[in-house]
Amino acid sequence: MSENVYIIGAGIHPFGRTEERSGREQGVFAVREAMKDADLEWTDIECAYGGSAAAGSADIMVNELGLTSLPFTNVANGCATGGSALVSAQMAIASGMYDLALAVGFDKHPRGAFNAKPADYGLPEWYGQTGMMLTTQFFALKIQRYMQLYGISRETLGRVAAKAFRNGAVTPHAWRRSEIDLETIMNAPMINDPLTKYMFCAPAEGGVALILASEKKAKELGALSNNGSVKIAKVAVKTRPPDSFEVFQAGVSIKEGGKPTVLASKAAFEGAGIGPEDIDVAQLQDTESGAEIMHMAENGFCKDGEQEEWLANGWSERGGKLPINTDGGCIACGEPVGASGLRQIYENVEQLRGRAGERQVVTSDGDIPKTGYSHVYGAPGLSAVAILER
Amino acid sequence: MGKKIDPHLWSDDAEPHLMGGKLPSGEIVFPMPQGDAAKDVEPYKLSRHGRLWSWTSQGFLPKEPYEGPGSGPGEGPPDFQPFLLGYVELPGEVIVESRIVDARLEDLELNMPVEFCVVPFNATHDTFAFRPLNQAREKAA
Repeated sequence: MSENVYIIGAGIHPFGRTEERSGREQGVFAVREAMKDADLEWTDIECAYGGSAAAGSADIMVNELGLTSLPFTNVANGCATGGSALVSAQMAIASGMYDLALAVGFDKHPRGAFNAKPADYGLPEWYGQTGMMLTTQFFALKIQRYMQLYGISRETLGRVAAKAFRNGAVTPHAWRRSEIDLETIMNAPMINDPLTKYMFCAPAEGGVALILASEKKAKELGALSNNGSVKIAKVAVKTRPPDSFEVFQAGVSIKEGGKPTVLASKAAFEGAGIGPEDIDVAQLQDTESGAEIMHMAENGFCKDGEQEEWLANGWSERGGKLPINTDGGCIACGEPVGASGLRQIYENVEQLRGRAGERQVVTSDGDIPKTGYSHVYGAPGLSAVAILER
Repeated sequence: MGKKIDPHLWSDDAEPHLMGGKLPSGEIVFPMPQGDAAKDVEPYKLSRHGRLWSWTSQGFLPKEPYEGPGSGPGEGPPDFQPFLLGYVELPGEVIVESRIVDARLEDLELNMPVEFCVVPFNATHDTFAFRPLNQAREKAA
């Protein structure tokens, strides 16, 4: 089980709105891109894991990709679908059972905020009927309290969004490709106070595929030289601990509990044997501006309240000490739930392989990043963290 | 008075209480669990007074299963009435999510004292809410 696992191919279907393609077709597009990147044929792939939240089963993709009889497992894990597909593919290889595996995520959501059904989350009907079962409210309620406790200003929320659009403007796979200035963001219609329209990500469409290989296979394919691959140092997925405060909770414990992100982050750092100070580039769940702020601290990159200074000084910009959400994150790319977590990994692969073009991060020693960190969070309170190294 | 949005959500006392549950461990939860999960959980009348833990505004019409103004047949976003909501900490018990009424967004602050109340929700149903305590006193006067 100590087998090293490498990502040797990464493909993406641009995020946003693509009327002419179904969600799954966008997934197939991403798989073909990933195979091209790894210089492999579909017949080479030994097993596959994938899924979507709202665009159907992944295993039907064999109709388009080829009937090679490979085992193809559907993953349905909400916001962690991509992360869970990656973990499954990694375990398939680390166990020694397979040498080449695919992880794929895709989605296509209708416009507007997600509408969840109370019964699907074990909640009483009144919670939805009275208008309290909205993910956007949770994020607003969480950041509102955080701002009061740690002195985070509204302007800092605006700066996060402005950074996202700046990064999106130079990212070919992003949905929002135009910069939006701070004033426009601050004066936009209020969705859930303190969060304005431009501080939220929107449900969208897109697909991402990654091809994973054992060390033996990666070596055989020549992927270990010339920056042809990145190593998965550690992936950790954690669900919520007791007394935590998560999305869709009508009642919260008065005891301050743990947080799934803190647990996943610690487990990933421990497994990788490095700490937050060793990370060169990070992709953090930014469902809205406040989430990025809070997740900076929950993932160990700063202390509560220090984000005010970070954003004012541009430390999380592409040229800062820790570039965060270098492709514009969810705010600029939108959130196709099944693909979103894998987009973060895709972005880190591009950054670590020095292929990120205009948005390429350069470390203080003039090199391309050696370590990439990604973090996805979603209902009903789960986090997945992946650390990549080259 | 309309019908209760959920018959078990608050008590039928003259001064109603939101209904929580007391677990065998003594921990208080909200809402009162239903079905198998209610085994060994004692219905528990929650305090009518608490402090504001966090808050936000709802500025757009929620999709289904929302049943408030704007959601009916032939209705739409222009019929929607924006509302405030938040979490209220009931000391020693639990933090509950609730509508906040009789307040303006700019008046809300952390730890502000609030009181339980029942308010009209739509043409047929009532729901529960909390309102600032000083506001409640003014109304009673």
